Parts: sequence; C-alpha cells; structure tokens
Amino acid sequence: MATLGQTIKSLWSMVVGMKVTGIEFFKPKLTVHYPRKEVDNLGTYRGHCDLVAREDDPLTPKCIMCGICVDNCPSGCLSLTMHVVGEGKPRPAGGAGELMLAQEVILPGSIKKAPPTGKAERVLDSFRLNYNYCSLCGLCVQNCPVSSLAWSREAYLVGRSRQEFEFDLLARLRAKAASSQGVKAA
Amino acid sequence: MALEANYGMVGDFYTQNFTTTHTGDGDTLILNLGPQHPSTHGVLRVVVELDGEYVKKAEPVLGYIHRMHEKMGEVKTYLQYLPNMGRVDYLHALGWNWAYVGAVEKLMGIEVPERAEFIRVITCELNRISSHLLWWGAYLLDLGAFTPILYAFADRERIMDILQMVTGSRLTYCYYRFGGVSADIGEKFISDLRAFLAQFKARIPMFHELVTGNMILRGRCVDIGVLPVEMCRRYGATGPVLRGSGVAYDVRRFEPYSVYDQLDFDVPVGKAGDAMDRYDVRVAEMVQSVRIIEQALDKLPEGPFLNPDLPDRFIPEPGEVYYSVEGARGKIGVYIVSDGSPKPYRLKLRSPSFSNLSLFAELSQGTLLGDAISIMGSLDLVIPEIDR
Repeated sequence: MATLGQTIKSLWSMVVGMKVTGIEFFKPKLTVHYPRKEVDNLGTYRGHCDLVAREDDPLTPKCIMCGICVDNCPSGCLSLTMHVVGEGKPRPAGGAGELMLAQEVILPGSIKKAPPTGKAERVLDSFRLNYNYCSLCGLCVQNCPVSSLAWSREAYLVGRSRQEFEFDLLARLRAKAASSQGVKAA
Repeated sequence: MALEANYGMVGDFYTQNFTTTHTGDGDTLILNLGPQHPSTHGVLRVVVELDGEYVKKAEPVLGYIHRMHEKMGEVKTYLQYLPNMGRVDYLHALGWNWAYVGAVEKLMGIEVPERAEFIRVITCELNRISSHLLWWGAYLLDLGAFTPILYAFADRERIMDILQMVTGSRLTYCYYRFGGVSADIGEKFISDLRAFLAQFKARIPMFHELVTGNMILRGRCVDIGVLPVEMCRRYGATGPVLRGSGVAYDVRRFEPYSVYDQLDFDVPVGKAGDAMDRYDVRVAEMVQSVRIIEQALDKLPEGPFLNPDLPDRFIPEPGEVYYSVEGARGKIGVYIVSDGSPKPYRLKLRSPSFSNLSLFAELSQGTLLGDAISIMGSLDLVIPEIDR
C-alpha cells in the first residue's frame, strides 16, 4: 500500500512539473534572434576604447600624450607615438612598443600628472590598440585626465585574423570624422 | 637522474596514484572523468577506479586551466591586477573583485563612501543570484533534466542585462575600484532591478514546482553524498557546502564587512548534509539575496560612488593584509604582502572551490558512479577558481 502511495506521489510530482512547462509553452518567446534582430541595451556596453575628438576640431583627439593609459594598461595593449614641434626634447610616452610582460610600467612622474605646458607642442602620430590582448577593464578610459578615451559600443566585432584587431585609433577617429562630415556635406 | 628531477616521483599522475597503490584485485576499471566530461563544467579531470559501478577511489587532477594568477599579481601593479579578479571565478566575478579591492583598501587605509558600499552589496548579491541560478540549471542538467536550465537562463539573462548597465560587461566584470565602484547606478538601474526582483520572487515557487519536488531529482539527491561536519572542517569547506551540513558559517554574518551588519538576512542551513540539503541551501540563499538587495535599495544613500581623495598612485606601505568575503561558493580570501613597491610582493588567493573539491575524493568513495556525479555537481565547482 505504501509503495502504491509512493508511486502516485512520484507521478503527481511529474504532473506538477509538466504543468509549469505547459504554461510556459504558451508564453511569448524571450530570445532575440540575432542577426534578424538586435538587442537595444548597448548604451553602456564596454567595447574597445576609442579616441574622443576635440570639440573644436573633429580630426584631432583631446589626447595630451601623457601616457597614463599606456602605463595603466594591464596587458600592454596601447602604444602611442608622437613628435615635438618647437622647443624641447622629444620624450618617449609610456611603454610604447610591443607587449612585454616584464615592462617597467611605472614611468617616474607620469601618473596622474598633466604634462608641463611648455612652448613645445606635441603632435600625436599614432595611437594603436592591440585589441587581441585587451580585457576590457576600462582602466585606460577611467584614468584619462582629459577624457580623451571612451568606450566604443562595438558588440559585434568579428574578424578572421589577429591583424584585424590591431586598431589604429587615430585613423579610426579621422575616418569617423570624415564620414560624418561627408554626411553633413550631403 | 629522472628520479631526482621528479623529486622521487616516476611517471605521470596515473602511475603514481593508481599502479603502485592499486586498491583492487586487478578486476577494477580505471576511468577518466574529464577533462572534457560534460558534468565537470570545464577542464577538471577525475581519475576513478571502479569496481563494477562503485567508485573505489577517485583522485581529482588539477592544473588544466592554471593561469598563474598569483604570479601575475607579483608582476603587475595593484591597479593592473584588477581585471584578473573577474577571471578567477567567472560566475561570481564581483565577489572576487570585492575581496581584492577590499584587501588593498585595508592595506592602504582607503575609505569607501557609503553609497559605494551599498552599490557593492547590491551588485555582489545580484551576481550571487546569477551564479546560483547557473548552478541550479547546470546541476539539474548533470542529473538529466534539460528543461530547468532554460528557466534559469531566462532569469540570469535579465540579471546580466541589469549588471551590464553599470559594469559594461556581462560575465567577467571589472567594476569595483579602490575606494568605490567605477560607475554610479542610475534611476533606470534601480527601476529595472526592482521590477526584476518582484518577478523573480514569484519565479522561485515555480522553480520548486518544476523540479524540487520531482521524485527523480529526490532519488538522485536525498541521502546522496552525506557530508559530516567533521569532514568539512578537515578540508576547510565553506559556503553552501558547509552550510548544507548544518554549520551556519557565513562571512557576511560572522566577520561582517562593508554594510552587511546593517542588513537583515538569514543564513540558511541544512540538516543531513546530503546533496539535497546543499540544493535547498542555495535556493534559499537566492531568496535571502533578494531580501538583502531590497533592503540595500531602500537604504541607498546619496553621495559619491568613488572616494574623491584617492592617492595619485597606489603604492602601499610595507605590510601584509588578509581580507575575506563570502562568495557564491564560500569564503574568498585575498592575502597581500607589500614591500612598499608599486607591485605586491606576494599575493595569495584563497579559493573556496579548491577546498570544496578536495573533499570529493573522500566523499565519493564507495558510491555509485552516477551518485559521484551528483555529489560533484552539488559541490558547485568552478574549475578556473580551483586552478587560479
């Protein structure tokens, strides 16, 4: 008798479970079928970092070439080169170069200090991001003293080779400015 | 020569542990569970010696996803080590975030604004729910029930959407900073979170209806893997594994960090210490996390989310510090030794899964192979956290 009761109880537990799935069967679909549909909550998504242009000149980034982002990057993704116009000696900015685990990341006096404003003017030649090694921590964006870096909202990046993820952010900025100007002109 | 090079050990793991100390009479079967076994959820390898369908001996083999997180701590600055913490345990990334930033804040005496503390509680508990939900779905998947993981993921996706709003990422969060968090929570975050909590509270009874009472599940869990408190103590088990055995130890309650002492919550415990108790404890913890989040939202003060008077560079004085928080799997501990340089001299991570896995060898002895899988699932192992 006890076995029969047990069996009925077991079967009933299945019926209760089936009831839940049965109700769910008639509810609307929750999944978003990419690429037919895309999600709309990427407003705060952290994509790779991107340069921000100056308000008065969409072709020039706000960057002052202090190298804090290069110093802070845990995986050495960022590198920038520049040259100096006018007086003063050129200074290597940050650990510009290839990824090196043992690189001395702290350059004396480069953290959280804006560079001295002198007569010499510095011109950014390139600003490279090796996105292959980026872990999207956001330390570069958050520590930029002049907010020259921002997250792109690129959630759907795909590529076939590593080289496709080595970005020249300065070229990206200029291409973006050129295309938006083209839109304005049209 | 080979002997010396291997410190007296010859051969691979199998030779060392199974040929020389063979327990059977030659009629046993050696079987590899993993490193690609579906129920180990990652690259955990367990070598088991079977007599028929009974486990005579089980030895976990680690190291398949070792990434030298502790060594990385020694070659990176304090700030640069932050993104590593989201990768130690990818399911409860914010717990590890917290343990590390908490340790550095304690070492350097950095104050955290009250709003940031509450934001940390809210996001960390939300992350705990998502971790338990994934465990719930995956454990039942191990036991042969496919449907529950779809229900679990429907809710987990909503949590990830909410957390993405502030952290910017969906899994390996790097959100906490020394002296606060990296972004403030907004009106939309709070309203979405409240809507989710209201809906989630109604989902938990549905989960119970769907599967908790199911006789097949009970057959796989009740009286399986009974874990005595004494064994937990011997192996240093913490978290739901320890609480399932009836010890109400929770770091949030017994060493209250942050603002947990201002919040009212229960520490659910089990009675028998079997797999079903560990199941019940985790489901009950989700309910408690909802309670904690609701209180934290009500008490959320205004103010800065990041300490405005942070030092320019994070270079602590020489010294050592240990800081522990309650993660989804147990007590997460970070121990840092500083020699006054910009990088830690030594960084030790105490991961709860490592201790929880250690007792598996003893606990699974003499059980059926299918029960050993149930036991392994009930321990809620995250393999990257075991290897670190």
